[in-house]
Amino acid sequence: MAKNTNTAGRDGQVSSDGSRAVNKFRISDALMMLFITVLCATCILPFLHVAVKSISGNSYVLAKQVYFLPKGINFEAYGSIFRDGSLVWSMGYSVLVTLIFTVLGMLVCTCAAYPLSKKRLKGKTGITFLLMIPMYFSAGIIPSFVLMYNLKLYDTMWVLIWPLIYSPYNMLIMKTFFQSSIPDSLEESAFLDGASNFQILFKIVIPLSKPIIATLSLFYAVGRWNAYADNMYYIKSENLKMAQYKLYQMVSSASEAQSVTLSEAAAVTSTPEVLQAAFIMFVTLPIICIYPFVQKYFVKSAMAGAVKG
Amino acid sequence: MAKNKKPPVVAQTTWKNAFKRDWQLYLLLLFPIAMVAIFNYAAYPGLRMVFMDYNPVKGYSGSEWVGLETFRKIFKDADFIRALKSSIAFNLMDLLVGFPMPILLALILNELRYPRFKKVTQTILYLPHFLSWAIIGSVAYTMFRPTSGLVNMALMNAGIIEQGIPFLTEKWHWAVTYLLIGVWQGMGWGTIIYLAAITGINGELYEAAMIDGANRWKRMWHITLPGIKGTIVTLLIMNLGRVMGSNLERLTVFANTQVKDFQYQLAVYIYNKGLQSGKYSMSTAVNLFQSLVGVILVLLSDRIAKMLGEDGLL
Repeated sequence: MAKNTNTAGRDGQVSSDGSRAVNKFRISDALMMLFITVLCATCILPFLHVAVKSISGNSYVLAKQVYFLPKGINFEAYGSIFRDGSLVWSMGYSVLVTLIFTVLGMLVCTCAAYPLSKKRLKGKTGITFLLMIPMYFSAGIIPSFVLMYNLKLYDTMWVLIWPLIYSPYNMLIMKTFFQSSIPDSLEESAFLDGASNFQILFKIVIPLSKPIIATLSLFYAVGRWNAYADNMYYIKSENLKMAQYKLYQMVSSASEAQSVTLSEAAAVTSTPEVLQAAFIMFVTLPIICIYPFVQKYFVKSAMAGAVKG
Repeated sequence: MAKNKKPPVVAQTTWKNAFKRDWQLYLLLLFPIAMVAIFNYAAYPGLRMVFMDYNPVKGYSGSEWVGLETFRKIFKDADFIRALKSSIAFNLMDLLVGFPMPILLALILNELRYPRFKKVTQTILYLPHFLSWAIIGSVAYTMFRPTSGLVNMALMNAGIIEQGIPFLTEKWHWAVTYLLIGVWQGMGWGTIIYLAAITGINGELYEAAMIDGANRWKRMWHITLPGIKGTIVTLLIMNLGRVMGSNLERLTVFANTQVKDFQYQLAVYIYNKGLQSGKYSMSTAVNLFQSLVGVILVLLSDRIAKMLGEDGLL
């Protein structure tokens, strides 16, 4: 199956479209398009609503007049986020953590995937097994917590980085890429010319692997940016919390207030919805902005990973 | 450095020769091995706390051994039984509703006529996968709050309902909302694998079927679906392994006191008992139970798939 993936995207497209070109446009086509359009609307409209709310006037929002068009446009809420500064700080901090995480992650991923992609490597099966077990079985929250505590990583920035940089899943994708896309003959000839393994890796393999490096870097970056369960376990200090975790804390405190239906009016006035919406947008915008540019890389490698299954 | 340049025959190389030739590769491997050793394998011995009454002040060496007492305790714990029940119920529902959705969506996307429409809609459908549960949760609250949420607001303004529907604050409504948001989050991304499998199907099959007069639905049923059967089985196996585990981020972001009955699942139990009430041994025992059942389920379903003549996973 692995052979198919590279060409499959194009071939399949052409043949399946070609085979259907004979047909006329039917009701079923219209229904399918409608169904897909509705699903897409559920993916866009909520965010549009939040965005619109975040720049609308407080009174219009309280009067429940704001749907998908802003009323009384102002950027007061964003202004107070910047004045407060703590969220801006955690955004910067999250970017820093994500960057370090991605660089180290790619490094460890390459260090594992390249040697293991070599058929001749003695002890390969054993080492692969050793490196795959953590994917299927983890010790669990408390033993890991005690371990982090003993390693003096508890409540530090590094606890968000070291434990997760090695990802068996990403390693598999990279290994598959090395095996399928870099011709053995190329490396063999370099080997015969007296190149060492390091030289082959840095001069031949890495320059040829730019697409997979880009993709996996994005996997790492988005994964780190979005995950916050480890913040819940290991981080106590306010200024070491990542932006997503701050958002989570805001939601959970707000939802407790909201859950008592009677006090909702009070809750609304005390935690302005506009500010909340601005908070959500502030944290969401980075992803939404880069998303259109990066998603195609994701799709490609997800397919590669999928076929490996 | 490398005398042994002949086509490498793995079985015959001695360790000494292998090291001589590939010491740089082994050097590279030290980094990932160190990482799993320090952060994964070093945590495994900590699992012995399930046989202890673990006390963080006394540590592993000072805590008292209690044998199977912890397991006896958790199976008598009403919280655990409740968490186990809701975990299984909700994860089975997730599987039941969430698993077929990407397949259906992939079949539809595959039939869409306009490549540009297809491309744009696919891009939009993948979006929820890239957002954290904190974002999804907070947006969901904005949509579903009893009186000021968008959905209730619209329904009330239209005069369809008089009182807001408690989508996230009443347990049965919560259950439906929670499940649907889960399906919604995963459906677009889930299609990728199936679309990849569909493109691997031989186009001639479709042509032959059309000549034989098979209409669109028949082609879907007799060619596309059988063509991706292997992929479906593989993914089903992987998903069955998750029947015990839930996503803590997804559960906690939708937490509130009114829905405790359903929201308190194993992942929440492990987190609350362990890191919040300090019942370390109980939390770890439940965690261990959860991962073991997961591994066993994957192995079992893999075996069954192979018995049924499918490829399986392992």
